[in-house]
Amino acid sequence: MRGGLRRGVLHEVYAAAPGDEAAATSFAAGLAARVAGKRPLLWIRQDFSALEYGELAATGFLELGLDPERIFLLRVAHVEEALRAASDALTCIGLGAVVIELRGAAKVLDLTASRRLTLGAAQKDVTAILLRFCANVDASTAETRWRIAAAPSAKQEENWGQPRFDAQLLRNRHGRLGHWVMEWSTDDGVFREPTHAPDHSLVVSASAD
Amino acid sequence: MWFPRLPTDRLQRRWKAATKASGSDPEPAPPLVIAAKIKNAMRITALDRRATASNLSQGMALADARAMLPALKVVQYNEMGERQLLEHIADWCDRYTPYVSLLSARELLLDVTGTTHLFNGEQAMLDQICETIGKQGFAVRGALAGNTAAARALAHYRPGMVAPPGAEADAIASLPVDALNYDPETTHAFHRAGLKTIGQIAKRKRTELQSRFGAGVVALLDHALGRREKPISPRLPLPDYRAEQRFADPIVTEEVILDTLRQLAQSIGAVLAERGEGARQLEATFFRADGQVQRIAIETGMPTRDPAIVTRLFREKLDALADPLDPGFGFDLIRLGATRAERAEAKTVELDADVQAEKDVRFLIDRLAARFGSQNILAFQPNETHIPEAAWVALPAQKIERTEKTWRKIRHGNEVPRRPLRMFARPEPIEAIASVPHGAPYRFRWREVLHAVKRAEGPERIAMEWWRHQTPQPTRDYFRVEDSEGRRFWIYRDGLYGTKTAAPRWFMQGVFA
Repeated sequence: MRGGLRRGVLHEVYAAAPGDEAAATSFAAGLAARVAGKRPLLWIRQDFSALEYGELAATGFLELGLDPERIFLLRVAHVEEALRAASDALTCIGLGAVVIELRGAAKVLDLTASRRLTLGAAQKDVTAILLRFCANVDASTAETRWRIAAAPSAKQEENWGQPRFDAQLLRNRHGRLGHWVMEWSTDDGVFREPTHAPDHSLVVSASAD
Repeated sequence: MWFPRLPTDRLQRRWKAATKASGSDPEPAPPLVIAAKIKNAMRITALDRRATASNLSQGMALADARAMLPALKVVQYNEMGERQLLEHIADWCDRYTPYVSLLSARELLLDVTGTTHLFNGEQAMLDQICETIGKQGFAVRGALAGNTAAARALAHYRPGMVAPPGAEADAIASLPVDALNYDPETTHAFHRAGLKTIGQIAKRKRTELQSRFGAGVVALLDHALGRREKPISPRLPLPDYRAEQRFADPIVTEEVILDTLRQLAQSIGAVLAERGEGARQLEATFFRADGQVQRIAIETGMPTRDPAIVTRLFREKLDALADPLDPGFGFDLIRLGATRAERAEAKTVELDADVQAEKDVRFLIDRLAARFGSQNILAFQPNETHIPEAAWVALPAQKIERTEKTWRKIRHGNEVPRRPLRMFARPEPIEAIASVPHGAPYRFRWREVLHAVKRAEGPERIAMEWWRHQTPQPTRDYFRVEDSEGRRFWIYRDGLYGTKTAAPRWFMQGVFA
């Protein structure tokens, strides 16, 4: 993905449609794990998120290959609070990544807010990941913008496979755009091209650069 | 400090404020008494100056008083209100010493040991306290002595007096026995025995007194005479480490407040360092010039004595207060205390980047906890159970302790995740249609949306832990199902097929990718 997993920048992950939140969440978790390495990550979400989309489960992170002890959850009431907490967290050298999970359109999430996150991320090399549900694409200064949907398991497979995403790279400041189906490999902790590729595919080997 | 007219003062202050607000002329008020039911009769429990002047007295039956003075104004006794008022005054007195306790319904005890020099000596301090409280519209009588009982006796009979250290016995010798506040029977017995003053009792043999009146009476006497120690109990737990700053001109701006906190944190930090400790919890008390007192506390995940950290946490907390700190006309005293301290190893130069990084994260968590509340910044801890929704807990990250319990993956090797990333704390009921009774459904409806199942894996049978529940919980059969869009769900059927006559119930437990 050449630059798609850059550190110290702002990445955006949009759930393609209602129902794709779980896929987008897993994709963001994978992305965060890739850029954070051994450093902990902070997941900021609004207080209704657990009820609406399900509580982030320690066992779920564990099964994806992430260490639950290196994940901190912050619950906030408003988007403003989420952004404020995020800019504070981005000043923390010890942190690997900050995931900001937000639902719906938000006026405060304008170009200025986005620029602030980008600058904040660059300062201490902490990656910001904006995870958005039920939202249209806003103008932003993000390094990359992903549109994630769930992807069905391949027909030839008897069992269902690894977590699988229909991933569209809508914006990439330092590389190509594209549309792939990719899998998260739970043990190696990387995104890769499915073994049983469906019709269209590009080779995607995700490595942090 | 004795407030002889606390109940009537309370009402009159309020009325005064009300008439001032309404702008109407204050009417000449009739004598006021507070009455309460004692032994089935309404009796006077408190009276104002005018009522005293009219020869009414405490304990008098209300009917008699009314007969003597038809214009009398009577108000029902309000225990809660009086108690709150006294607590308020006690809060205000915190500025003189943290050792303030409620002695009775109308008495406060201030232990000013070691603080008198801050107020130009004992007599000046006593005068200042009485004068300031008096200006607020309270009748107050105070005295200062080396022990509680003597101070109490003097406040009632020699207000304004300071008993020189060690001379309590002389100071109270001429006071009547009543000043010791014994129960009425004991006092009466002393009178009958011809013992009128404290000095007279003090001369009697202790064994004689003890056999006649009991050990308690002797203990109190000796305490008053300064021959026995009796500790006082402060109202609030005392911080281990304290520092405070007074201001001749009350301060208002946040910058000055935070700067003050930084200086106070610095002096506390020095003491903490000396004893090899760090603070886990700090409380700042803000004393307003008009008597209001506000307390604000912060917590840290690790013992700290760094003034920069402490100040930053207070800044976060002050910023996020729903009920902001209101300086009014300014604070004239700010106090900082470490309410909880723990051992902290001496500060060494951190060369290890990992340790520094971890500290950095801890500090971030403290900041977020100060701003958003410690219950909103959570960390995971494993729980040894196979019940899916109970296999972990999310606890306040500041308070989490390392446990012996470990995380155990359910999947083997590079297998597919077997637990969803997002899980519903309360599984949601779904309508499901299965082709075979014990199999996975081929279609289900969740949140008004119909899903056609394309793939299903299961069942994974999970028995509920019967020893945890009062009523037996049915075993759950879990299925991982994928719909036509490729979305993955974790659903279960409650109860085994065939064992229950009712139709099986299905639930949505979580969602996967």
